[in-house]
Amino acid sequence: MSRKTMIEAIREAMDVMMSRDDDVVVFGEDVGYFGGVFRATQGLQAKYGTSRCFDTPISELGIVGVAVGMAAYGLKPCVEIQFADYMYPAYDQIVSEAARLRYRSNGQFTCPLVVRMPTGGGIFGGQTHSQSPEALFTHVCGIKTVVPSNPRDAKGLLISAIEDPDPVIFLEPKRLYNGPFDGHHDRPVTPWSKHDLGEVDDGHFAIPLGSAAIRRQGKAITILAYGTMVHVAETAAAETGIDAEIIDLRTLLPLDLDTIEASVKKTGRCVIVHEATLTSGFGAELCALVQTRCFYHLEAPIVRVAGWDTPYPHAQEWDYFPGPARIGRALIETLEA
Amino acid sequence: MPMPDQNLTNDTMSSRREAIRSPEPAPLKLHVPEPAVRPGGKPDFSNIRIPRAGQVDRPNVDVDAEAIRDLAFSVIRVLNRDGEAVGPWAGALSDGELLEGLRHMMTLRAFDARMQMAQRQGKTSFYMQHMGEEAVSCAFRKALLPGDMNFPTYRQAGLLIASGYSLVEMACQIYSNTHDPLKGRQLPVMYSSREHGFFSISGNLATQYIQAVGWAMASAIKNDTKIAIAWIGDGATAESDFHAALVFASTYRAPVVLNIVNNQWAISTFQGIARGGSGTFAARGLGFGIPALRVDGNDYLAVHAVAKWACERARHNLGPTLIEHVTYRVGAHSTSDDPAGYRPKTESEAWPLGDPVIRLKNHLIVRGAWSEERHKQTEAEIMDTVIAAQKEAESHGTLHSPQHASARDMFEGVFAEMPPHLRRQRQEAGV
Repeated sequence: MSRKTMIEAIREAMDVMMSRDDDVVVFGEDVGYFGGVFRATQGLQAKYGTSRCFDTPISELGIVGVAVGMAAYGLKPCVEIQFADYMYPAYDQIVSEAARLRYRSNGQFTCPLVVRMPTGGGIFGGQTHSQSPEALFTHVCGIKTVVPSNPRDAKGLLISAIEDPDPVIFLEPKRLYNGPFDGHHDRPVTPWSKHDLGEVDDGHFAIPLGSAAIRRQGKAITILAYGTMVHVAETAAAETGIDAEIIDLRTLLPLDLDTIEASVKKTGRCVIVHEATLTSGFGAELCALVQTRCFYHLEAPIVRVAGWDTPYPHAQEWDYFPGPARIGRALIETLEA
Repeated sequence: MPMPDQNLTNDTMSSRREAIRSPEPAPLKLHVPEPAVRPGGKPDFSNIRIPRAGQVDRPNVDVDAEAIRDLAFSVIRVLNRDGEAVGPWAGALSDGELLEGLRHMMTLRAFDARMQMAQRQGKTSFYMQHMGEEAVSCAFRKALLPGDMNFPTYRQAGLLIASGYSLVEMACQIYSNTHDPLKGRQLPVMYSSREHGFFSISGNLATQYIQAVGWAMASAIKNDTKIAIAWIGDGATAESDFHAALVFASTYRAPVVLNIVNNQWAISTFQGIARGGSGTFAARGLGFGIPALRVDGNDYLAVHAVAKWACERARHNLGPTLIEHVTYRVGAHSTSDDPAGYRPKTESEAWPLGDPVIRLKNHLIVRGAWSEERHKQTEAEIMDTVIAAQKEAESHGTLHSPQHASARDMFEGVFAEMPPHLRRQRQEAGV
């Protein structure tokens, strides 16, 4: 066990799975020789050879399309889309093909495939390197959607994703690659080596898909968050001094509704936080589920704090980002409602 | 030697000359290709250059793509007008194999006729027939080995029939009944049979083309011996998936055969819309360094010979081959289409490559292996077999009969294991 960055943890998950299972193959743009623009696949080609880890043409459709064919053959491809913002050309292959293959062939063909994508902003990436498209995946039946918030989870969840018999979208909050982000962009970055969740077990270990984690126990309000926003929510709770219970969803689909329900029934208040745009975001689904399940326990309206409904801007990144101040205001309003 | 662009008529040539001669450029004008004839007109295929049977060389399988550029602009043909098999691509099949091929095509045609009628009788929602294109899938299938995988479109059911798939199961799928192997989840004719080397048909066009390349790459990664066969129509080659497939197949030299079935029509849109300024669809392969051939798709022997050649290349690690099957969709696109709205009614009769069943029948008669009488008799026998299969399938229900795929099945198979939210929804649905 040692402290690792999220990139190291993700690389280790692929390494572990490639060494355990010859059917695991890894590929994508710049993924082979160079090891990926975020270095997540560094060293894998040298270790496992060019037929297990290789560079592809710049064609997201092609990457996911060949991965579907390989998965149907019996391999377990774990492919990288360089930025989640680039996944749109591959969307048809994900939605109409990977997600439905088991269903439409009545199990004759299946698609055990992982599509890794760096997601989210906070790195001055502008509109084409900052998006959080998770709701575009959770709306699709037949795929699972995972968003880890720390190195330990990233490794355990990625191992589960690669072992899963169905296609999994694995969204990696790129702002978290090197350290937990408290939401204050103007403060020095804390490295994962100083965070408990940077402590990652060696070798093989799996965190089951569909289980949430409670990051902070509390009695006053339930905060539902995932990815980067888990850490930002922690900051907001600390700065407002509100005794919030923070649930890190980890997997959006399947969703750990039982953990959510138990918490909201206990606190009677719920704030949902995500970086993605508000309208029709995953928060809307959470909001609907919580009000159906917990209506008679709610003391206040459920509030969503999210990215504004604009493209992710460049210069105005920190006006767009739902930081600790906005979350803090929502917590106070919800508590006073 | 590449032939001149067959679509450059004298008219366009002279208008081009005129365009450069005028001192000032004329205002820009959008070019929208039009077929030679529309309904009411006289069918005209004079722009399709068809070489005599036996005229095209048969190169060695390890030939360089560059050395056979002309094959992307010609048409490989074996059967001549007299029903003889001629030239370097002839001679691979025995009487028995050819008779079997004839039976496959006749079975497909009879099955189509019955299912087309069943759709009209309201026993199913939809059907797509193969009339005129039977040779393409039936002949190709016989070049494959067990374990090879086709990634078909909706007009290659000959692959199933020629591999011995049960007509009853096909009909049960079409009827979405209690014995439907796909549990009523798929539109009629979107078959799937892993066992018969037939990948699940999507229904979205072109998506399977790049998947075939991936399957082939997987086979190469695992040092396997199996190859993949991709299928696409002329119209769908316009999709990005087609181009991605060519890039990946070329880059990784995937053991895949890339078929384009050019049946001249994409529903109501003539093939010139997808083809654009390219002389042929096969020519698309040249820029990728992929050997590209055109074959007479209504010539069972030619399709089989070209398929064999391409499969041998793939099996010997020589990489992909692109094949354009030149054929004609005699029937409507589907039961929801009426070609009278966009092409002359008699166009299919004017199609210069004839009918694949009649051509193979005539060849077998010339060989002394067949007769008109035996043909007629076989036609009747096959129809009886098809009707018996249809009746058996109908004993398990049809789309609107009380016996059809169950509502409970709707919730199964979305994932390997049903997640809690689906279990709740199934409960709510009360099934």
